[in-house]
Amino acid sequence: MADLAVHTPDTGDHGHDDHGGHDDHGAHHTSTGLSNNKMAMWMFLGSECLLFGGLISTYMLYRGRASENLGPDQIYDIPFTSVSSFVLLMSSLTMVLAVSAAAQDDDRNTNLWLTVTALLGATFVGGQVYEFTSFYQEGLGFTTSLFSSSFYTLTGFHGVHVTVGVIMLLATVGMVRRNRIPGQKSEVVELVGLYWHFVDVVWIIIFTLVYLIPS
Amino acid sequence: MGTTTEHVEHAEAEAHGHDAHSSHKPTSYYVNVALILAALTALETSTYWIDFGPFFMPALLIMMAIKFIMVVSLFMHLKFDNKIFSWLFYSGLILAVLVYCAFLACFQFFSS
Repeated sequence: MADLAVHTPDTGDHGHDDHGGHDDHGAHHTSTGLSNNKMAMWMFLGSECLLFGGLISTYMLYRGRASENLGPDQIYDIPFTSVSSFVLLMSSLTMVLAVSAAAQDDDRNTNLWLTVTALLGATFVGGQVYEFTSFYQEGLGFTTSLFSSSFYTLTGFHGVHVTVGVIMLLATVGMVRRNRIPGQKSEVVELVGLYWHFVDVVWIIIFTLVYLIPS
Repeated sequence: MGTTTEHVEHAEAEAHGHDAHSSHKPTSYYVNVALILAALTALETSTYWIDFGPFFMPALLIMMAIKFIMVVSLFMHLKFDNKIFSWLFYSGLILAVLVYCAFLACFQFFSS
């Protein structure tokens, strides 16, 4: 009851300008004092840990179930994947610079860094498509072995996440440019950034456990 | 009641401070973090060519953990943000690791 009394005046002041007020923030109207959007994003990322945890576990269990000449040790191109990893890692830097620029209401740099991040992400996805194509041409299909199924499922799911991230980044660039972001711009960019960094940390794990540690 | 309102306003201001201002560092800070991450990636990749002997596996896992924590804490601002976010994220992560351990234990048990 006391809590309600404390929050009522605040809600009354800002309740009607959720989508345009310059000083409103998601945190103003919540019982925790934190942004519900940000809370939901962290909850979503926590649940994503479970998804990728399951996929990585499956891969780790089945990595040894490969056909003779098409196992992890014969087929992976470590130098190529290292470059891809570096590209994705650098996209995290450009993303954090976009978030930083958005916090300072610098639309020009926000758009610049978001676009660079999307380009780096697209480069990574392009590299993954190339890798999948070359593996397939070498004879490693989705149903060739348990190893190939679990490998394609894990890295494919990650690739889909990166692709969704690139779409989110480009959509954010368009919305920032047209000034169509409802509420606080910096928070929207920060949420997209959280998703993007998560995709990067998942790759950090995949790169080590899948590619670098031999079967 | 006035005191409670002040307390809540202070808490909100603190939360906003964590969200928008104190967590954002200068560009050079993020570049330095990225350079460390790049160096660690180079070191990880070097294990493909250089034989680290018995240190191979622990070194790789430690470097992976350092990179993971650096991105989550510094780029995702979890270090500077409210602890609730850390709880939400790390509870999912810990649960995922436990699921993996349970999964592995089951397979070990049934295969033997």
